[in-house]
Amino acid sequence: MNSSEHPFRFVDCVELAEVSGRKAWDEQELLDQIEECPLESIYFHAYSYFLRHKYLIGPYPNDFATWAAIEVRDRVLGERLGILDPYDFDDLESFRGEIIKIIDDHLSKLREVPRVSFGEPFYFIRSNIIEVPTGLEASSLADLAQMLSRVDVGVIYYHFFEARRRGRKQSDFAIWLETLNRHETAHRIAALHPYMQSLEGLRSQIVEICREANV
Amino acid sequence: MTLTLEHYRSVAPRGTLDLLERLSEPLKGKRVLHVNSTRSGGGVAEILHRLVPLMQELGLEARWETIEGNPFFYETTKKFHNGLQGNEQVISPKMLEGFLEVNRWNREKIDLSADVLFIHDPQPIALVEGRTPESRWIWRCHIDASRPQRQVWSFLRQFVLRYDAGIVSLPKFAQRLPIPQFVVFPSIDPLSDKNRDLSHDEVIKILERLKIPMDRPILLQVSRFDRFKDPVGVIEAYKLIRRRNRCILVLAGGEATDDPEGAKVLEEVRSAAGGDPDIYILLLPPTAHLEINALQRAATLVFQKSIKEGFGLTVAEAMWKKKPVIGGFTGGITAQVIYGTTGYTVNSIEGAALRASFLLNNQDVMKKMGEDAHEYVRHRFLITRHIRDYLAISQHLLPR
Repeated sequence: MNSSEHPFRFVDCVELAEVSGRKAWDEQELLDQIEECPLESIYFHAYSYFLRHKYLIGPYPNDFATWAAIEVRDRVLGERLGILDPYDFDDLESFRGEIIKIIDDHLSKLREVPRVSFGEPFYFIRSNIIEVPTGLEASSLADLAQMLSRVDVGVIYYHFFEARRRGRKQSDFAIWLETLNRHETAHRIAALHPYMQSLEGLRSQIVEICREANV
Repeated sequence: MTLTLEHYRSVAPRGTLDLLERLSEPLKGKRVLHVNSTRSGGGVAEILHRLVPLMQELGLEARWETIEGNPFFYETTKKFHNGLQGNEQVISPKMLEGFLEVNRWNREKIDLSADVLFIHDPQPIALVEGRTPESRWIWRCHIDASRPQRQVWSFLRQFVLRYDAGIVSLPKFAQRLPIPQFVVFPSIDPLSDKNRDLSHDEVIKILERLKIPMDRPILLQVSRFDRFKDPVGVIEAYKLIRRRNRCILVLAGGEATDDPEGAKVLEEVRSAAGGDPDIYILLLPPTAHLEINALQRAATLVFQKSIKEGFGLTVAEAMWKKKPVIGGFTGGITAQVIYGTTGYTVNSIEGAALRASFLLNNQDVMKKMGEDAHEYVRHRFLITRHIRDYLAISQHLLPR
């Protein structure tokens, strides 16, 4: 099947960053605040990090790891938090639990709590995602590739990352391609590692996979 | 030439204009009012000149009003500004009463009927006393108010509490408040004289006029002569760099007119330069946008070695011109420079010299950093993103 009766509707998104009033000057405070903060903050610092780094990602793929490594200058904790992939967890709460476990374990091996000496404290921010329907629809693989190459990159975020928050097990693209019986293409997209590249990089890979499949 | 949204299509990230149009759809016909204290001078007026017409083009009924005050009022608000930045100020009850009186007078004079109002900085803050419950009032603070003087903040806070939301430029500029506070980075206008593309010939002509040679790599810092910008530290770093590298240093700043502190710092800078013919100290008027643009384009790399900084948009300006930036580890510089990717943040004179020397000897790295810096600014610090954030906040606060 090359076209679907149910078109793929592209939705874009914009994030509003809201100050939460929480901050941490050392790793123990970071741990305490992570335990108590709203899930929207965990989401902001680990998931929507990519919405703010559309073209480039820094050396660590979430704000917790970046802060530990760059501001506190504790590269060990930075590396341990940096390798965490939120996609390995069923929900934000389990992901939060893993972060807590890692920081707790790290601190238990130290005699002193590492703290900021020259850098900035960690400011907890809350994410507010605003959905923006684009009015664009794709009914075939060729449409999908063509439209994906020209939309705002927030669309990629919405259908790849935000899909997980909406309870989907994989990206909206892969799910829709399954309805077109494009199983291999769906599998290739599902196998992409979104957590180690920028959104622009992810866009290029998805478009490439769709074009290759459409040859 | 009147610039329209369409002119931004080629400079903004792909799909941005479509997003702005979609995002503004529910806001079409809504009355949006910006109020600040001046139509010329300063970053706020600069951005509103472009932002308001673009909002109108998106279908919003956007207006921009400025409040009028007397010299006594501006003396008071200057003290507010300094007080919010943490400098001790003496403000008399008479000054506070004068401030309220000017705000009351402007409340009568300005048509405040709007659905969403963006009130910029402290000068018009008390206009909120005339608010109606159905409108949405947002206080946009452009100042680093992370450690305000208590008297000033206590006075202003009573008005802030009457707003529906606040906007700050960095999380650390926020205060503890019971209203939501959003973080919106400032932005640059890529089509303004300060940032628009210049031809190679234009750059050469301007540099010839400024008597800056182009036969060696140019290291540049653009900032007023202020201790917090550490121009003397830049000269010290340059002296270390020059031991092994052929290059010149250009320090371009505003003319020290009636600012005694600025004149003193300028004297220190001249003394530190010690008559070195390869150190160029330029005093430029506030209207020298093309000159700054040309200098940034001609530079090999750019310093912003501040030891205290607000947001420091000169960093984004230089990055837009594909220059790696070596910036002080402070304020908004850390939000703009991705260490090792778009430049370096440093904590010392030696650090600045080390990173500059490395870049001067690794042209490929420098080129890649410059390109990445340009793309990073395209996604995060252009005026189109600024409009997007204001539209999103308006949509978020207005009843559905």
